[in-house]
Amino acid sequence: MSEMYKVENKLGAIRADFPILSREVRPGVPLIYMDSAATSQKPEAVIEAMNRYYRWTNANIHRGVHALAEEATAMYESARERIARFIGAGKAREVVFTRNTTESINLVAYTWARKFLSKGDLIVLSEMEHHSNLVPWQILAAEKELRLEFIHVTDEGEFDQESYQGLLEQHPKLVSITHVSNVLGTINPVKEMIVQAHTVGARVLIDGAQSVPHMPVNVKELDADFLAFSAHKMLGPTGIGALWAREETLEAMPPFLGGGEMIKRVYLRTFTPNEIPHKFEAGTPAIAEAMGFGAAIDYLNEIGMDTVAAYESDLVKYGMEALGQVKGLRILGPAADRRCALMAFTMEGAHPHDVAQILDMDGIAVRAGHHCAMPLHDRYNIPASTRASLYLYNTRAEIDQLVISLGKVNKLFN
Amino acid sequence: MDDLYREVIIEHYKNPDHRGRLDPHDISFEDENPLCGDHIRIDLRVDEDGKITDVAFDGHGCAISQSSADLLLDSVLGKTVDEVKKLTKADVLDLLGIELGPVRLKCALLPLKILKAGVYGLGEASDSLVEDE
Ligand SMILES: Cc1ncc(COP(=O)(O)O)c(C=O)c1O
Repeated sequence: MSEMYKVENKLGAIRADFPILSREVRPGVPLIYMDSAATSQKPEAVIEAMNRYYRWTNANIHRGVHALAEEATAMYESARERIARFIGAGKAREVVFTRNTTESINLVAYTWARKFLSKGDLIVLSEMEHHSNLVPWQILAAEKELRLEFIHVTDEGEFDQESYQGLLEQHPKLVSITHVSNVLGTINPVKEMIVQAHTVGARVLIDGAQSVPHMPVNVKELDADFLAFSAHKMLGPTGIGALWAREETLEAMPPFLGGGEMIKRVYLRTFTPNEIPHKFEAGTPAIAEAMGFGAAIDYLNEIGMDTVAAYESDLVKYGMEALGQVKGLRILGPAADRRCALMAFTMEGAHPHDVAQILDMDGIAVRAGHHCAMPLHDRYNIPASTRASLYLYNTRAEIDQLVISLGKVNKLFN
Repeated sequence: MDDLYREVIIEHYKNPDHRGRLDPHDISFEDENPLCGDHIRIDLRVDEDGKITDVAFDGHGCAISQSSADLLLDSVLGKTVDEVKKLTKADVLDLLGIELGPVRLKCALLPLKILKAGVYGLGEASDSLVEDE
């Protein structure tokens, strides 16, 4: 309750921190942004950090002794340190900068899995994965003749733990699952599932794209082996993300892309790789974006992830109740107390695309489609859904407007 | 923007004249729009003079794609296959009577794309079938 109070108290201030939230979509139609699961909006502090880098510090990193290069390198590495601390990592060198969650998962597939998995080995995924946690494994499985099996999802939108136990009995080498579903909103009990996976000797990759932005995630407490997430879903810029893994794990992995920065010494025919994490960061990285990523972390720390989670949990409870009143609307996924602040739904008689379009007339930005989770939509036998995904800058008043606008959908189609 | 859901569109979406399948048929083609999962199949019967005598479409999707299919089939009934080959994006937009952004344009043009791929006897439908010359 007091958490709620803290954010609500700051709410006016929070919204003012995001320049885009004051724009109108069309004259007289203010923006109601409910597509944060696709990408979040950015506070002034993040935009400013990137601006400042280009205006004041711009230089390449790790390869110059001049003042700007030194400054840029220090700032880049400081961002890495703050990100490491944010997820409870022991050391900054355990955080590898990537382009996004997708690249983080691909990095594990192409380096760790390609080296340590062999023909017939089993990888356990689930029916609720984002395509980015399916396709890299499909590609690798085809190349190395690996087996892929899938944890079933229940009608309520949760992992079928029985099917998980069954798969663990087959001794998988890797379990790669999402922490929070980007369609169902389900917060999966990954901590318990990691313990169980470790008992049978499997490593675990957690797709944190939808969890790290919205709740405290601590890699030590979770005891995960890999954690992948994107800056752009947590108030940061596009073009940068992170992969966390333990030092020993990263040391044992071969490099990913080849080129500058990832090497220690290059000969005409061979090279020796650089130390971690640089071994995985070939070429000039997204430097300005790292500054923005760091600023996003600072911003979230300032509010506190407990506060963010509490506020969103209250908001989604309100949202579930409000949407529950809309005729013919069916929300996918579990009850409010087991989900993050996103709600995907279907409406009788109206296609998701049409729903989204009609909401857009009132300035409400939601997403319609399969949300990069086609197998999950197949599982529920629906071609698509409409998704309203919320963040710390959304309000109850915006949810009220959503409900009113959904009423217009019903009026038109039913 | 408000005109997007003109009455004629909603009406053809809710109560299409040509929904169903033709068995037997002379031409049948189906395709989908991967972006939104719209899926449409079009069946045609053609007489010996190349005239279209029966039409039907089946599938699922948004109001724009479904009403576009219904209106389009209505308009080609009695036309010859050669006439159908000449249909363009502009013809579909005339039928719908609305203006569309790039995303929804794909929905609107999916039926024409399928229809033309069918009458040309192509293996695969391509966007070039509905692009302006
Ligand atoms: C659960 C989940 N995993 C992975 C991704 C991929 O993230 P990105 O596009 O930033 O690589 C997303 C984002 O859409 C997601 O929601």
